[in-house]
Amino acid sequence: MARVTIDGHTIDVPEGTTIVEAARKIGGDIVPPTMCYYSTLKTSGGYCRTCLVKVTKGSDKDPRPMPKLVVGCRQTVMDGMEVQNITSPEVLEAREGVVEFLLLNHPLDCPVCDQAGECDLQDLSYAHGDEGTRTEFRRRTFPMKSIGDKIKLHMNRCIMCYRCVKVAEQLCPERVHGVLNRGWDAEISTYIEKAIDSEWSGNMIDVCPVGALTDKTFRFKSRVWFTKPLDAHRNCDVCCGKVAIWVSGDAVLRVTGRKGVYHEIENTEDGKPGWICNTCRFEKKNLSDWVIEGPRHIDRHSVISQNHYEQLKQLKQDLSRQKQIGEKAHNN
Amino acid sequence: MGRQLLLDNLDKPGINTLSGYQQTGGYESLKKALQMKPEDIVTEVQKSGLRGRGGAGFPTGMKWSFLAKPPGEPRYLICNADESEPGTFKDRYLMQHKPHILVEGMIISSFALGANTSYIYIRGEMMYVYHILQKAIDEAYAAGYLGKNILGSGFDLDLHVHCGAGAYICGEETALIESLEGKRGNPRIKPPFPAVKGLWGCPTVVNNVETIAAVVPIIRITGEEYAKIGVGKSTGTKLISASGHINKPGVYEIELGVPVEEFIYSEQYCGGIRNGKKLKAVVAGGSSVPVLPAELILKTANGEARLMTYESLADGGFATGTMLGSGGFIVMDEDTSIVKNVWNFSRFYHHESCGQCSPCREGTGWMYKILSRLLDGKGETKDIDLLWDIQRKIEGKTICPFGDAAAWPVAASIRHFRNEFEQYISKGKSDVKHYYRINNLQES
Ligand SMILES: Cc1cc2nc3c(=O)[nH]c(=O)nc-3n(C[C@H](O)[C@H](O)[C@H](O)COP(=O)(O)O)c2cc1C
Ligand code: SF4
Ligand code: SF4
Ligand code: FES
Repeated sequence: MARVTIDGHTIDVPEGTTIVEAARKIGGDIVPPTMCYYSTLKTSGGYCRTCLVKVTKGSDKDPRPMPKLVVGCRQTVMDGMEVQNITSPEVLEAREGVVEFLLLNHPLDCPVCDQAGECDLQDLSYAHGDEGTRTEFRRRTFPMKSIGDKIKLHMNRCIMCYRCVKVAEQLCPERVHGVLNRGWDAEISTYIEKAIDSEWSGNMIDVCPVGALTDKTFRFKSRVWFTKPLDAHRNCDVCCGKVAIWVSGDAVLRVTGRKGVYHEIENTEDGKPGWICNTCRFEKKNLSDWVIEGPRHIDRHSVISQNHYEQLKQLKQDLSRQKQIGEKAHNN
Repeated sequence: MGRQLLLDNLDKPGINTLSGYQQTGGYESLKKALQMKPEDIVTEVQKSGLRGRGGAGFPTGMKWSFLAKPPGEPRYLICNADESEPGTFKDRYLMQHKPHILVEGMIISSFALGANTSYIYIRGEMMYVYHILQKAIDEAYAAGYLGKNILGSGFDLDLHVHCGAGAYICGEETALIESLEGKRGNPRIKPPFPAVKGLWGCPTVVNNVETIAAVVPIIRITGEEYAKIGVGKSTGTKLISASGHINKPGVYEIELGVPVEEFIYSEQYCGGIRNGKKLKAVVAGGSSVPVLPAELILKTANGEARLMTYESLADGGFATGTMLGSGGFIVMDEDTSIVKNVWNFSRFYHHESCGQCSPCREGTGWMYKILSRLLDGKGETKDIDLLWDIQRKIEGKTICPFGDAAAWPVAASIRHFRNEFEQYISKGKSDVKHYYRINNLQES
């Protein structure tokens, strides 16, 4: 076991645990935000740099601080390590920088984006971003694309987190999805726009932290906070069949995996991630397709967790904020 | 001129062929090395004090001693010949004129490290050098220096040259390894380091061309002799690619410790500033290292003469010092615009970022756009502070040192030449169109 202290909270975790995983065991505000890390996707993390933290003491054996900020999602803990996240002004400043970089070319089209309300980038920029923008240049744009007949790729919104690439690598047997071009011009693509016809490709939508990959069967149907999430299941030959359905009246507008507090698909009883198949996700849009278990608690700090079940006032504030951002984007 | 250990005999006809190289004592070091124990070669390199010539200056012997040796697992040696740092052209020069010294160095180093398959990863644009190297390797195979049971020693080695596709980032060692494996050239997140998990997941050493070539004279004259050359921890000789406004641009082999002033003005080396102009600034170690104004490159902040050593050039930290880096020595005369210079560098980094981490992907492009606007006469005073802030938010926050390399030139230009930025802003005249035209560049 290794004993690690994060922002003054101490916890014992197995050797090899990352700082982020240790922080998640503690929970609350001291958990570094993560945009590219996804605990159940191998080799994810390290790209976005939002989880940068400061190691003020390396370990009991070697107490020297680490010279640079490190990414909490990749750096493993050592016994006696001391970490600063929100208690370090240096970390907060670096993170503000990262938010600014992530938004630099982001279209800020939240008013017309299906992800708005459950978007990690919105949450991140509310929590760690600056009020205004210092960007004065035209934003980078890409043509819209389709990844197969059910998934829309809105590359302008992509933050290059590589999560969908890891899904393609690890869930879809034949990999036809990756990154083309370099740097500023890098983009997600299916090679030669070849459709992915894997039963699992829809999970890319669930792992995408922003509105870059969206469900074509749900596009523009409703704002997410106007739909009611319910836990539901069906007998499925392909996947676990355990989903969240998002209903409005009698209509099932959308089917997703069941996302937990860090917006990751939760594990099912067998301890494996509850990825769902494309049939469950895209084809089963009747209430009668599903056995409903009950309302799903959305455990996140975004607009939908503070939705009409809880604090309408907050929602209004957030909306007017979104509108402002949208207007700002428009004026740019 | 000091001792020439790498560039000696360049005037001998046929030095680029096996027989010409052998006539000057070529492959004698190999024969000597094969009589030694591999670990004794590593010790010899440690004694020599040789430091990596690719830019970081990490002690080579120490790097070799870190190589993991799990039983039953192959180990690899890779020579980094991706040389793409603006201002650096020494590796190309050496490989072009004396390919066999690299081949010999590769065989000795592979023997020392226990690698039976080794690679030279060469920059895509240097196709002609690729052919020169391939020819040298073919000759070495025919002479029994490569292949099975080399010179009866029982040591087997296959040496491959692999051509990159022309990406600067593939010079970063883990991006190079990814590229060599046939993947996208994205740097890996470390740890694990290549010494533990490198090529194909096996322990790997990556060394610069010049580093590996230097092993040949080290074995010939012994590590101890080699360490006598130079000053302090900067031992041996170093190739310097000198370019810019000097009378005699070219590749020079210097004994580390030559005063910078002598290197710029002496007839043996750069021969002074051309057209009798005054020295304005120097980028001493390739585009990534901080630019220094004349007074700081010739003398340290303490008023001591600055020497061409790792330590002396770094004296004063980044506030008043710089780095030896890869030895790409770019000299600028009094007519040079620092703003244009840094704009050009930032254009390069914007173009070459692999795009994995957000600060580098977005920050390099942002800095380039701000500098372009400045050059276009539309800059504002706040842009200088903005540039400063952006580079600060990139530095030290990325996966690989590319982010730092992109940040430092901007930081140093502002640090030492802020007034020039201000002049550009107050002048309000556009130079960018003109600059694009004369350099035949596409506006982007
Ligand atoms: C962006 C980037 C580009 C690099 N390009 C080169 C290169 O072209 N050649 C080189 O030898 N090292 C290059 N390096 C350094 C290598 O990562 C590595 O440190 C070096 O090859 C180690 O060899 P050495 O110890 O012999 O210097 C580069 C590093 C970075 C971060
Ligand atoms: S499309 Fe979404 S999941 Fe894929 S890299 Fe972009 S932001 Fe990440
Ligand atoms: S610093 Fe730049 S070049 Fe290096 S991994 Fe990050 S994006 Fe790629
Ligand atoms: S979450 Fe750690 S770098 Fe992206």
